[in-house]
Amino acid sequence: MPAISLSRPRAAAGWNEALLAALPPPSGPLAAVQERGRHGLSGLPLPGRRQEAWRFTGLEALTALDPAQLVPGTTAAAPLPAASSEAVRLVLDGQRDPLAAVSLPEGLSPLSSSELEQQLGRSLEHTGCLDHWPVLLNKATAHRVLALRVRGAVQPVLELVSDAGDGPALLPLRLLLLLEEGASLSVLQVHRSSGPNLTSVLLEARLGPAARLQHGLLASGDPRAVLLAHLAIRQDPGSALQLTTATADWGLMRLEPRLLQRHGEATSSLRSLQLVGDGQLADTHSQVVFAGPEGKLDQLHKVVADGAGRSVFNGAVRVPREAQRTDASQLSRSLLLSDRARVDTKPELEIVADDVRCAHGATVSRLQDDELFYLQSRGIAADQAARLLLRGYCQEILRELPAAAAAWQPLPLLLGDPTHR
Amino acid sequence: MIRPEAPLLLEIRDLHARVEDQPILHGVNLSIRAGEIHAVMGRNGSGKSTLSKLLAGHPAYSITAGSVLYQGEDLLALEPEQRARIGLFLGFQYPIEIPGVSNLEFLRVATNARRQQRGEEELDTFAFEDLVRERLQVVQMDPAFLERSVNEGFSGGEKKRNEILQMALLEPRVAILDETDSGLDIDALRIVAAGVNQLAGPDNATLLITHYQRLLDEITPDYVHVMAQGRILRTGGKELALELEQRGYDWLDQELPVLEVA
Repeated sequence: MPAISLSRPRAAAGWNEALLAALPPPSGPLAAVQERGRHGLSGLPLPGRRQEAWRFTGLEALTALDPAQLVPGTTAAAPLPAASSEAVRLVLDGQRDPLAAVSLPEGLSPLSSSELEQQLGRSLEHTGCLDHWPVLLNKATAHRVLALRVRGAVQPVLELVSDAGDGPALLPLRLLLLLEEGASLSVLQVHRSSGPNLTSVLLEARLGPAARLQHGLLASGDPRAVLLAHLAIRQDPGSALQLTTATADWGLMRLEPRLLQRHGEATSSLRSLQLVGDGQLADTHSQVVFAGPEGKLDQLHKVVADGAGRSVFNGAVRVPREAQRTDASQLSRSLLLSDRARVDTKPELEIVADDVRCAHGATVSRLQDDELFYLQSRGIAADQAARLLLRGYCQEILRELPAAAAAWQPLPLLLGDPTHR
Repeated sequence: MIRPEAPLLLEIRDLHARVEDQPILHGVNLSIRAGEIHAVMGRNGSGKSTLSKLLAGHPAYSITAGSVLYQGEDLLALEPEQRARIGLFLGFQYPIEIPGVSNLEFLRVATNARRQQRGEEELDTFAFEDLVRERLQVVQMDPAFLERSVNEGFSGGEKKRNEILQMALLEPRVAILDETDSGLDIDALRIVAAGVNQLAGPDNATLLITHYQRLLDEITPDYVHVMAQGRILRTGGKELALELEQRGYDWLDQELPVLEVA
């Protein structure tokens, strides 16, 4: 036993070092950031189960990827579906400038390099995750950033698409959105993979006063693929964030939405659906901090776990003394489709203010017998009823994605062939 | 409408059943012919809801003795969905909310399952919408309810109307309505009752499970059965319900010991 636990950190440290050794020299607009990221990563072991935030999250799917093979970029991928007419699509491959062949809709403009210097990393700093391993990994590897300023009401949905493809690859993506006062935008991030590769997403967003952001993340992977997504979002008073994430089929998926209501008085809605199949692990660690009064949070996290899949949810909500009259609710619902699936779910409420409403709840269940019987009593066969219920369970979250998500057919994309469910 | 020569649709013979280790039905006998409306009344716990769920095939109940024939076929050998497809309908006392499943899709899948069984063509989305809009009028229901999730956030009255809408679409031969009147205000009760009356015809039959006379003021039963302690104690015409309304259920307690001895 001691030999095993001692060998883990060494192996983990070795993976980081091997990756750093295999990376091309820092280059591109983010060369300086890469330098710092690599410095931070150097000598750091991979997160291990001794750290509370990684207690249930084994990195076997990650360490199964050979760092020497993880060439930055993408590999051969299936064609993308035609974009919705309501969307402007930017394809992100981590290499080319996604804005090169696209004219941005009115209200969106790239940040200047001086603005970038001023703004990049600020949300990470505010949400307290500058030195987190997934953040450092992205900083060490991403050599460009898509940084956009948002003014006024932007009509088309901004669709940001990546596909790491079917081969070994490392796809670091860095995004920065600055929504000015009163601005509104819908964003749909889509991340796909069909092979042994690593996609690392780092999003920073700032919502100015009264700004509105509807942000969707739809990610369908491969049992050999890893997705690490870190979303650091700051909200000013009067702003409204609706963040909806839906993921399936990654060997390892770690999603870290970190929200800060800087002075309270903002509205945050978090909707999440994570599906895990046999041998897969999906982990969401969310954190919402109310640094002022009268903030609102409505969080629903849903899980479908099949086979020997594993799902982890840790939902931190911090309500310090100054966050009086906060109104927060968090619900975690897990659906087990097999006896071998495992779910670890934990609300983590830290409430110091005394005049608040903070509700939380967690349920872990199978398909409900009474729901199945109701459908059967209307002539619907048991297996079809189960599929209908499963689809309904997922649809409750998927319908919150920006409308442009319809082009990706989220339900079949995430559930796969329904006859296999 | 009582017609002695009408075909027998449902025949329950000496039915005994239990849930887990608890015996609930102790020998129920009931025959229902086409065109008839029956009402089963009784206190809470008398076994009337159990009877309705059991006929629909609820998995929580096990039959320990007796039989149920539906148009001459062994009903108890069939899965719940098969019972529905051949024309048995249960209107739930507490219709289930199913978040995320659109009411319209649910109704279409259910209607097509029944149509398929009857050898009719399945309806595509457009044809079904025409049908459902027509049937909505039976219960004066707002089409907006079609776009919502099944029963989710519906009021008590809306849920019951949705049940009758399903009945209107599935066109059952035998409809069992389990306390369809519970939780309804008087206007909703009238609308629901009018829907049931409209759907009742010479070829089908209705079994109303209820506590109260007020539903029977709107839907006139041909037979009233009084249930207690898992069996039917007395059967009469609509006047039996009025007698119950006047005397309450207490007089049953005096009859029961007599029955035990007999």
